[in-house]
Formats: sequence, structure tokens, C-alpha cells
Amino acid sequence: MKTLHLVGEYILLMRRVFSKPLKMSYFRKQLVENISALGLDSLLIVAIISIFMGAVLTIQTTLQTESPWIPAWTVGFVVRQSVVLEFSPTIVSLFLAGKIGSSIASEIGTMKVTEQIDALETMGINSASHLILPKIVACALANPVLVVISMFLALAGGFMVCVFTTAVPPLQYIDGLTSFFKTFDIYYALFKTFVFAIIISSISGFYGYRTEGGALEVGKASTQAVVGSSVILLLFNVILTKIFLG
Amino acid sequence: MIQVEHLYKYFSGREVLSDISTEFEQGKCNLIIGQSGSGKTVLMKCLIGLYGIDKGSIFYDRRNIAQMGKKERNLILREMGVLFQGGALFDSMSVYENVVFPLTMFSDLSLVQKRERVDFCLQRVRLEKAHDLYPSQLSGGMKKRVAIARAIAFNPKYLFCDEPNSGLDPKTSIIIDQLIYEITQEFNTTTIINTHDMNSVMEIGDTVSFIYEGKLWWRGSNAQILQTDNEELRQFIYASRFAQEIYQKRT
Ligand SMILES: Nc1ncnc2c1ncn2[C@@H]1O[C@H](COP(=O)(O)OP(=O)(O)OP(=O)(O)O)[C@@H](O)[C@H]1O
Ligand SMILES: [Mg+2]
Repeated sequence: MKTLHLVGEYILLMRRVFSKPLKMSYFRKQLVENISALGLDSLLIVAIISIFMGAVLTIQTTLQTESPWIPAWTVGFVVRQSVVLEFSPTIVSLFLAGKIGSSIASEIGTMKVTEQIDALETMGINSASHLILPKIVACALANPVLVVISMFLALAGGFMVCVFTTAVPPLQYIDGLTSFFKTFDIYYALFKTFVFAIIISSISGFYGYRTEGGALEVGKASTQAVVGSSVILLLFNVILTKIFLG
Repeated sequence: MIQVEHLYKYFSGREVLSDISTEFEQGKCNLIIGQSGSGKTVLMKCLIGLYGIDKGSIFYDRRNIAQMGKKERNLILREMGVLFQGGALFDSMSVYENVVFPLTMFSDLSLVQKRERVDFCLQRVRLEKAHDLYPSQLSGGMKKRVAIARAIAFNPKYLFCDEPNSGLDPKTSIIIDQLIYEITQEFNTTTIINTHDMNSVMEIGDTVSFIYEGKLWWRGSNAQILQTDNEELRQFIYASRFAQEIYQKRT
């Protein structure tokens, strides 16, 4: 019952969010700021995570496939499939849900409890759209780019393992990376990331916007935003995987 | 001029405002006074359209807001300047950006014209050198002044102030009160101020509406208020032992 109520509230808010911005020039300016704050600022940490995860994935896969019956290029193939299909779109998005989600919810939540949102409303501005829409669009644009970068770096991380250890010869690894390649997988991964980006930004915006009270509630809203968007993201991951690959 | 007629407001069945009828005059500081929890903020939020009202009507210079479409209502919103209790400055923007914000959103002024207007408003609140500071770098009184500058940027016909001097020391309070008073005279605005500060009442209370438990209990001017025979109002005015002693000596 409570969940149903929340969903209804969310849909009502999103109807206000998706409306035409009052001033296009101002919207563009905010969009650029948000891409920088939500996207660019996540670049370094996403890069670090990706390189290390790619390396670990390669080591693990090598250990699991040490058998004379399995050709050495299998490692590259398995690592590529895991990175493209799950690690980069899902795990990186999940990580971004924590980083971006808490930042969106606490920023909007603070604006709510300090009457900044009231101030916007009394100027005749649709505050929901003014604050949340640029964040949703920024995430929808920036997250897929981050994920593509993450894919390259994760595979590069794996390659470094091959270069610096004797696990798999580098050429065999590259061979594996390029075998049975389907462009559909990339499109699928990017589409998934796009959906996740909208989930993360809109749900976090929602929790921020409905904050009531003071600093304590802002903290709670930010936690709820991370938990809520992560759970919905994982749920949609199952649904999308079933629809497109299952 | 703003007229309120038989206004009722309920929150989940609980009556918070009951049958309020009063008038706020142009070019004057109209004070709404009352104890904490009496309903001042709710009344103001009804007046600025943040809360819908359940019964009654509000007229802005004879224009009934209930009978308006969204477009007309937005036009009236543009004639309002609001000073919120905490200032409600946008944290992510500098002082200049805060004041210029309504101009950017709603006018087609050039950059130079906007700059001039902001300079004028900041000068008006005596904050000429604060353009590039951020709200976190300002004192409470400075924040209030920036908020006033933002509220008057668009030349409002109606100026609303919710407890403009709460949390300020007595001297700064008087400065803010004086500023609001001068602006009201200068721009001939209909100014409405929520307060529970008796100093403000005596200094700038051209008209005073006393709210008690959600009802309008008394209406008059600051000249009449000390002579009131209304028991609840008298208890509000002479709340401190010190004030009571003065009152008893006088009678
Ligand atoms: N959003 C709301 N939902 C439910 N009840 C509310 C809401 N806002 C205010 N109230 C109730 O309305 C009553 C009047 O509150 P209001 O904030 O107007 O008081 P006030 O006169 O401004 O007090 P103060 O001087 O402390 O600011 C209070 O009993 C409060 O609990
Ligand atoms: Mg109040």
C-alpha cells in the first residue's frame, strides 16, 4: 500500500518534471554544469574501478579455465562478454547510483528544507522541472559515455595482466577479445545504461524533492535515494536481460 | 491592496485558519502578528499561492485568484516578491546570480541592463561589494538583505516577508525593518510582514492583524494597539514580566 502510494507520487512528480523548460538558454547552461558535476567528476573513479576489475576478472577467468582442453583465447572472450554485458553497464551504474544518487538527493533535499524550492515556486517557476530535468538529461547523456570508457579500460586492465604475467599470452587475449563479436551486445549495453541513468537520476530527484523537515531528513532522503534506485536498477536489469537475451 | 475574505484552511481535517477577513493596504507595512503556531506562516503561504485555500477568497487589487487561469496566476506571481524566513537564497549561486536570477528567467533585458538593475538593488540594501560572495560566506543579516534585493529585483507590487528579523540581533533587526519600510514607501508596494517582535510592531506597523489560534482576533494600527481592551492581544503584547509591570504602572 505504501509502495503503491510512493509509485503514484513518483509518477505525478515525473509528469511535472517532463515539461518544456522556461528558458532554453538557461536549461543548456544548467545541463552543462550537471554533466560536469555528475559525469566528469565520476570519470577518475570509474576509470580506477574499471582497470582493477578488468584485471581481476582476467586473473579469475584464467584460473577457472586452466585446462589443456580449453584454448587460451577463451579468457579474452569471456572477459569481454562479462565486461560488455554486465560489469560496465550494471556494476558501474550501480556504483554511480551511490555517487550520483546521494549527491542529487541531498542537493535537492537541502533546497527543499531551506525553502529554496518554495522561492522558485513563488517566482512562477516549475521547480520540479527546473531542478530535476537537467539532472536526468545530464545522466542520460553522460552515463553511456562513462560506460563506454569503462569497457575500454576494463579490457585494457585485462591486457595489462597478460603483459605483466604469464597467465595468457597477450596476442591470444586480443584474439579472444575480437572473436564472436556482436555489435548488438554494445547497443544492448548502452540501452541498459541509458535506462539505468534515468532510473538513478529520477528516483534520487524524487526522494530529494519530497524531503520534509531538516538536515536529518536530508541525510535520510539521500540514503533512501541510493537504496531505492539501486534496487529498482537491479530489478530492471533482470527484466531487460530476460527481454533482450533470455 | 490585498483583500482576504472568509478564508479557511484545513490540514488533514484540522482547522488551521478559520474565517479570516482582513485587508492589506498599498504603500503600507501590514503586519501579521501572533504567537508561534497561530497560523501566520500558513496565512502567508496561502497568500503567495504555495498552499491552496479551502474556503473564502483572496483579491489582489480586486483580481480574484480563484477565478484565474494558470497564465494569469503566473503573472500575479511575477508581481510578488517574497522574503522567506531563512532567506532561501540559492546556495549554488553567488549573490549577483541570486539577484539576477528572476531577471534572467522572466525578462529579455540585456546583460548590461541586468547588471545595472542588480547593482541598483544591491545598493538599495547597502551591499555594494558582495556581488561575488556565496551565501555560505554571508552573515544572517547580509543574507536577509540579499534576499530583499532579490525580492525587489522585479519591481514587485506585493512584498511578503516571513519573520524578516528572526535570528537577528536587535540592532540589525531595526536596520532590516527600516529597509523594508523605506522600500515600501519608495516603490509603493503592498507589504505584508509576519512577526512576533513588538519592536517591529511599534516601529513600522501601519496596520496590524492579530491572529490567535487561527482566527483574526484584532485589527488596527500600531497607534491603537497599546490601548486595546482585547485580553488575548494584551497578553501577547505584555508577555514579559517587565512589560506587565510597565502596563500595571500605567493603568
Ligand atoms: N504543511 C503543514 N501540514 C500540516 N500542518 C501544518 C502545516 N504547516 C503548518 N501546520 C500547522 O499549522 C499551524 C500554524 O502553523 P504556522 O507555521 O502558520 O505558525 P506560525 O504562526 O507561523 O508560527 P511561528 O511563529 O512559530 O513561525 C501549526 O499548528 C502547524 O502545526
Ligand atoms: Mg512562521
